[in-house]
Amino acid sequence: MHPAIQAVLTVGVAVIAAIAYFYLSNLLLDRVLFPARGKNAGRNINRANMIRPWLFLFPALFALCLYLAYPVVETIRLSFTDRVPGGYEWAGTSNYQQMLREPKFWEALRNNFFWLLVVPGLSTLFGLIIAQLTDRLSWGNIAKSIIFMPMAISFVGASVIFKLIYDYRPAGEEQIGILNAVYLALGGAEPQTWLTIPGLNNFLLMVVLIWIQTGFAMVILSAALRGIPEETIEAAIVDGANPFQIFFKIKVPQIMPTIMVVWTTITILVLKIFDIVFAMTNGQWGTQVLANYMYDKLFRANDWGVGSASAMVIMLLVLPILVWNVRQARKEMR
Amino acid sequence: MDNIAGRKPALGWAVNISVILIVLLWIFPTVGLLVSSFRTADQISSSGWWKAFFPTEQTEQFRTADPDGRVQDGDVFVVEGVIFENAEANIASWGTSSRDVSAYAPGETADLGDGETLTLNEDGTYRWTGNDEQISGRGQRFFVTATQPPEFTLRNYDNMLFGGSSDNISKAFFNTLTVTIPATIIPILFAAFAAYALAWMDFPGRALLIAFIVALLVVPLQLALIPLLKLHLSIGIGKGYLGVWLAHTGFGLPLAVYLLRNYMAGLPRDIIENARVDGATDFQIFIKIILPLSFPALASFAIFQFLWTWNDLLVAIVFLVDSSGDTTVMTRHIVELLGTRGGNWEILATAAFVSMAVPLLVFFFMQRYLVRGLLAGSVK
Repeated sequence: MHPAIQAVLTVGVAVIAAIAYFYLSNLLLDRVLFPARGKNAGRNINRANMIRPWLFLFPALFALCLYLAYPVVETIRLSFTDRVPGGYEWAGTSNYQQMLREPKFWEALRNNFFWLLVVPGLSTLFGLIIAQLTDRLSWGNIAKSIIFMPMAISFVGASVIFKLIYDYRPAGEEQIGILNAVYLALGGAEPQTWLTIPGLNNFLLMVVLIWIQTGFAMVILSAALRGIPEETIEAAIVDGANPFQIFFKIKVPQIMPTIMVVWTTITILVLKIFDIVFAMTNGQWGTQVLANYMYDKLFRANDWGVGSASAMVIMLLVLPILVWNVRQARKEMR
Repeated sequence: MDNIAGRKPALGWAVNISVILIVLLWIFPTVGLLVSSFRTADQISSSGWWKAFFPTEQTEQFRTADPDGRVQDGDVFVVEGVIFENAEANIASWGTSSRDVSAYAPGETADLGDGETLTLNEDGTYRWTGNDEQISGRGQRFFVTATQPPEFTLRNYDNMLFGGSSDNISKAFFNTLTVTIPATIIPILFAAFAAYALAWMDFPGRALLIAFIVALLVVPLQLALIPLLKLHLSIGIGKGYLGVWLAHTGFGLPLAVYLLRNYMAGLPRDIIENARVDGATDFQIFIKIILPLSFPALASFAIFQFLWTWNDLLVAIVFLVDSSGDTTVMTRHIVELLGTRGGNWEILATAAFVSMAVPLLVFFFMQRYLVRGLLAGSVK
């Protein structure tokens, strides 16, 4: 049986199973466990209504706990153990110590830090500028559509696109990578293998993510700009503010919360960045990042202890944002 | 109003021009790869894609046909043939030595010494003459500089989709599709009911649960790889489609529940309370009222999850792709091609575009829902 047919069958089974589960469990609750009749009808209805939310929540909660909450706990455990034949052995902090001794780990941490510094900031900045520029343009929607388009392209596809841009041919041959062609046209002495130049190559990888994420920032910030009350802008115009003052002193302060949301969303993405580095340099030439370091440890070195320890480092870096998000959400609930 | 807003015409022009430049900058990389996927390997390696729309002058090396096919013409032997199948090519110059590739104009005859000659005509036909000894061994080498008109081909797509080589991407395409469909639909089934409970049912611990889901939204899925792979291996799912469907379901759920809950919580209270008064059960309210009204949010999430699972690499290589290679997905296939076919841009470009085609179509036709989903998912 072709897997595609299997997939369609699975969808069918899943849909039927889900509807059957919700329908039958509700039926069970109302008719068998707590029927709304007889002398306890009122009490039964109340009891059924206390249980019902959990019927609705159960499948999702179960999956969430099993696929996200449990792994967090398990990863913590694994990071303190070593795999030995037939089981696991308590290893204390030796995995962490080993990781801290490896120069590749520090390289990854340093690079992640640079990514963090550059990508969310520049994506948000470009997104904001483009959102403002296209705001009143008659063909603004088409422009936004094109800049938003990279969001649909996979990191791997984007890596191929940018590898062609950074392509290198030996001196004397026709350059087919636009970066080298421009570099030579501007008077560069000889073509460069861009992705092997330490320091610069990191930045060239970041360009890929900025290219993708600017569209995201633009869409969100564009909506936020539209949401600014007209009166505030009109008042500023009456007071004689020029367009730049209006932008920086009236508009930007009003959408600051949204800018923060965009910035944190991209930050989380950057902390987990994997595909681009994996596809373009695989962490060579000083471009290692944490997620790729972890993948190396888990699946190439087969060292689950150190791999889990590095996963915990990613988790720790995400933690402040997680706490902030939860607090924001709770504030809105009130 | 525009005048009051202080919009000077000069500023308007500046805005228009800078937006045009930004748009060009943003689309330029993609166009480069797209154009390359329609060029032959020779074209790609002999000139940058940005020159593809203009006639290009290329210097290529040719050899005459083997002397086995020579014919005797009086006391000399002659080999004749034609170098271009493409009649529109325009020969600018040619030569017989790599040190001087443009020694002769078309129509001229090169003297190769001792009566051996080679003539190349403007129409690409050549004539190589000499005695028995000279016209032997391999064909005579010569260099031609010619202007060729722009030319595009669909052959790359034909090769990658229907060709027999191991680069063929059609299997990976269907594998990706196989991963994507259940991985998009199953989380919606789970999430919709949960979102309804979180939005419209009152029970102790509801706020805590919502906070829990917001927290899970940002948990890096890297943490889940090893524990879940271990789990899958121990309960017998192993590496395979079921595993990857379940993994994507788990990882997609927080966003699904969060998006749908926010949307459902915004639905008008009157409708739901009227239905309750009329005696509808929660199950009926959910199926008949909430679900149809939530269609935009469902569509938003479905598009997100579709793009995410279609473009995913990490989850697929951890939970699905095994050493047999039968279950490879497109992202994995392309990464492999990047390793083995690093310089063959006709293969890479075509493979990348096959993988991008579906998400781009979805993107352009359903952008409205995508934008709405983004706004609901992050501005809140």
